[in-house]
Parts: sequence; structure tokens; C-alpha cells
Amino acid sequence: MVVGLLFDTTRCIGCGACASACKEQNKLPGPVEDHLTAYTWTTVQPRAGVSVRQLCMHCEVPTCASVCPVGALHKTPEGPVVYDADKCIGCRYCIQACPFDVPKYQWDRPVPVVGKCILCADRVKEGRPTACAEACPVEATVFGKREDLVWDARNRIRKEPGKYVNHIYGLQETGGTSVLMVSGVPFKELGLKTSLPNEPPAMQTWQVLSKIPDFVGVWAVFLYGVHWITARRETVARVEQAGKGPKHPGDRA
Amino acid sequence: MNTSSLILQARRFRPGFWTAVFAVLMVPFLVVTVLRFTRGLGAVTHLSDTFPWGLWIGFDLLCGVGLAAGAFTLTAIVHLFNIKRFEPILRPTVLTGFLGYAFVILALMYDLGQPWRIWHAIIYWNPHSVMFEVAWCVMLYTTVLALEFSPVVFEWLGWHTPVRIIHGLYTPLVILGVVLSTLHQSSLGTLYLIVPSKLHPLWYSPLLPLHFFTSAIGAGIGMVILESYLSGRAFHRHLEMDLLEPLARGMVVALGIYGLMRLEAIHRNGAFSSIFAFGYEGRMFLVEFVLGVILPVVLMAIPRLRQSKDWLVFSAFLAVLGFVVNRLNVSITGLERAAGAHYIPSVGEVIISLGLVAIGMAVFALCVRFFSIFPEEARAPGSGR
Repeated sequence: MVVGLLFDTTRCIGCGACASACKEQNKLPGPVEDHLTAYTWTTVQPRAGVSVRQLCMHCEVPTCASVCPVGALHKTPEGPVVYDADKCIGCRYCIQACPFDVPKYQWDRPVPVVGKCILCADRVKEGRPTACAEACPVEATVFGKREDLVWDARNRIRKEPGKYVNHIYGLQETGGTSVLMVSGVPFKELGLKTSLPNEPPAMQTWQVLSKIPDFVGVWAVFLYGVHWITARRETVARVEQAGKGPKHPGDRA
Repeated sequence: MNTSSLILQARRFRPGFWTAVFAVLMVPFLVVTVLRFTRGLGAVTHLSDTFPWGLWIGFDLLCGVGLAAGAFTLTAIVHLFNIKRFEPILRPTVLTGFLGYAFVILALMYDLGQPWRIWHAIIYWNPHSVMFEVAWCVMLYTTVLALEFSPVVFEWLGWHTPVRIIHGLYTPLVILGVVLSTLHQSSLGTLYLIVPSKLHPLWYSPLLPLHFFTSAIGAGIGMVILESYLSGRAFHRHLEMDLLEPLARGMVVALGIYGLMRLEAIHRNGAFSSIFAFGYEGRMFLVEFVLGVILPVVLMAIPRLRQSKDWLVFSAFLAVLGFVVNRLNVSITGLERAAGAHYIPSVGEVIISLGLVAIGMAVFALCVRFFSIFPEEARAPGSGR
């Protein structure tokens, strides 16, 4: 079962219960901040007259997981993109590469790790909803199977086309995400990235990386060929200079 | 070399001006080092969630690797293309390459959040990650450079068997070095392929790996010229103009090809207008491209200037400077607009970078003092390489 969240700005009252529940569930220190940090994995912020949640989108093809040199990030079969702090070396490529600017770092600690929403992977595995969805008093964030959520989102837009922008954010962005959003105001005004490609960014890199084995073989053979020719020329020149030129041009020296 | 002559050499050491500078620099360097590992990255750097990579990646890593490119270029010229007349400057170049990579690894010890886990790349594999490729290239090529340089150390120790073994393996070693360098230089450009929506169109291109590779060859050659000049001054040696002049020609070709590729990429991105808007990115691009590519190419295309020591060194300096500005532009300038923030390195970051450069130069000087690096000092027996 592939699960996800559907967030609806037209329902959100900005109470922040989701963010508090997240802090409690994941035992994150400090108060809820007004932007994502290593200690605030989700927050509700006023934008363009409505309230909008910030959290990890849980991409179908996660860029963070593709760039991690030690595979500390991966997408579970249920949908959450999770993080293994014991593998992480702290290169911060995930922070640099994430198209949604989600992973954050513990800059204040001598032994730092990355912090980001993990879609309550343990709860989800047991079949329970995420802490944020459970805490929401108005069903602005709902938890469910991704395909059901897409269906639900389409229905909401179809039933009240005047109320919603005709777009499900996360359906196509970077190849689709497990977190979906519908809104009454254009997504750009919510501070969300609206010019993201539908192709996962990881594909850009893979086009180069997948060619490496062939390239190594061809390049090494070519270089050896160059060496063989120049060395052979030198040998031939030396033999010819010694006054006993090769009787048969094909002879090995 | 026996102990008494070692002591003799050590006694010849006279602390001068640069030794004093080095000593003074090491004090804040050690202070920042302690703070870095006790208080965390945030305490000594201006790195943040909006700017997770700063000077240590942009300068130490990208430039350290790039400016070491002279080593693989020159080993290929001498051992694969068999142009033996460049052999006299091979040793200092390979040493520069090795120290460049050692500098990169040391810098990573500061930049990585948990550097004591750097070996994780050996056991946890993710072949989809460019950083994984980078990690393996750093490990393997540093080993290759160490092996390429090792005969110098073995000679000094008077161990002849290992010298013979390395000598026999030298061709495969050089080929491995060139292949790894090609991968590594280009992979540093590939790192930025993942951020098409963040990197400014003056720098983003699907051909970034190729841009990084060709510019590294140009600047790597520039570095060989510059390093010959600097060590000539420091160790009172003459400048091998007969070798450096043809190298400058190679630099013109490499930089010329690179310049055309950059212009094509900018044209394809439709980004020419942002150069002549003379905004922040446009100005930084002009610094990098006019000073670091156009000017050295034009100057070194003129035979009379190429044969003049001053112009040659000046052009090589421009190429190296332009290269450094380019790497800082890709890793910092080009990302600032998307991040919505400016990044200026902290004093701590600058001190660590300067300190590491100083350590690299000091080790180079020590190697020159003890090993036979330069041709005049090459002794007859066993000086095969």
C-alpha cells in the first residue's frame, strides 16, 4: 500500500496542531519555528491570506536519496522517504539538491545529523495515520492511500471549481510526490516552487553516471593504444638508428 | 640517504620571513579547528540551510582537485604520448597533484559533518550518487598519485626493489590515473546537474561535466607554469622556458575549446542578456571569463609574449585566477539568487582555507629540501623517473 497526505489550504485554519503533534511524535526539541529546520519538520505559515503547511513532499523518485553517497536516505515501500542517521557522513548534498529545499542540518551540534519529515514511517508501517493528520481538527491534512487521495483531490476541484485552482500540487512535480496539495490561491503565491520539471532531477545525473562503465573501458583502451603506438615508434626509431633496420616492417622489436 | 646527511639537511634550515608568516597563521588555524570540532559547523562558518556548501567546497574541494589536473595531463604527455622532454618538470607536478588531493581530503575533514565516518563510502554504496563517484575518485586517485610519487621517496630511502616494481607498473598506473582524473574532474561538474532549477543559466548546462574537465586541463597547465615560476623563485632555480612555452600553447588550446563550449551553453540557455545587464551574476561572469579565459588565450596566442617570462607567468596566473572564480561562481554566486540569500565566508572558514594552503606549501618546500624533486638535484643512480 502506497500512502500519502492530502493538504487543502481552503480547509486549514492555521491552528498549528499538526506541527505540535509532529514535535511530540518525533521528540524534537524547542518550539515550532516559522520555517523548516532540523528541529521543526513541519510548520503552518500564513501566505497570501491562507495558511499553508511546509513539510517533506516524499517524492516518488526522491532526489535526496539519489544524491546520498552512502544511501542514508531511501523511500520505503509504503511511501515515506526515511533517513538513517547512522550511515550519514554529513556531506549535505541532500540539502543542496532537494528541489523543495526540505532537508535541514543541525548546524549547532558537534555531531550533527539531518532533520526532515519522515512521514511517521513507523506508524504508517503499522497502518496508523501520521501524527499530523491525526491531530488536524478540520481534516485539512488527510492521510490515506495515494491513489485515493488523488481521487479525493480531483473530486474536490471538480465539485467546486470556483473554490480551487485547477491543479493538484505534487501529482506531477519532479515525477510525483506522496504529499499532495490543493489550494484556492495559486501555488506560486503560497511560496511553493511552480517551475519544477515533471521528470525527476535524478534522471539528469543518471544519464551521465550510467555511461561511466562503457566510458572507462573505451578511454583506457584508447590511452593504452596511444602508449603502444608511441612506444613502438620509439623502438623502431632506435633499431633503425642502430643501423640494422627491420627486414620485415611487421616484425616486433 | 643516511641519518647524518639528514641532520645536515635539517641544519641547513633557516627560519625566514615565510616561516614566520606560517607560524603566525597556525595559531588562529588551531583555535578555529578546536572550535569547529567542539561547537559544530554553525559556530565557525557562515554555512546554513540556505547555503549548505560554502568556501570549503567551492575553493578547497573544487579548486584543489582542479588545480591538481596538471599531474594527470603531464603524466599522459610524458608517459603515454612519450614526449620525454617534459620529464624534468614531471616530479614537481606529480607532487603538486598529490598535495592538492591531500589538501582536499584535509578540507573535507573540516567540511563533512561527521568526518570520522568518511570511510562509510567504502561499505555503503549508492552508485546513483555523483558524490559516491567523487568519493571513490578521491580515494583511488590519491592512492595512484602517492604511488606515482613513491619512487622519489623509495630512492631517498635507498630501497631499490619497490622502485623497480613501481617502474614496471608505471604505464598501467598512468592510464589508471588519467581515467580516474577524467572521471573526477568531470564528476565535480556533474554534482551540479541535479540543481537545474537553482543554478543560474550563465553556469548551468547539461554539459557541465565537460566544462569542468576542459577548464581543469587549461588551469592545470596554468598551475604547472605558475608552480615552476614560484618554486624557481623560492629555490633559486632557472625557469624552463623551453618547456613552459609549448605548455602555454596547450593552455591556449584547452582554454579556447572550453571558452567556446561555455559561450555555446550560454547561447543555448538564452542567457547572454543577463551578462550585458551587468547585474551581480553578469559582472561575476565577466570577471571569470574575460580575465580567466579570453585574456590568457589572446596573450598566449602571440608568440612574442609566449616567449617572455613575465607575460607567460602573468597569463598562467590569470588562467588559474579565472578558474578559481569560475568554481566559486558555480558553487556560490550562481546559487545565491535561487537561495534568496548572499553567502560570504566567515573569518573562520577563510582561516582554515588559508591555513590548509599554507600547510600544503610548507610540505612542498620540505619535500624539495629532502627529496630530489627538481632536475638539477637528480642524482645519477636510480633516478629513473
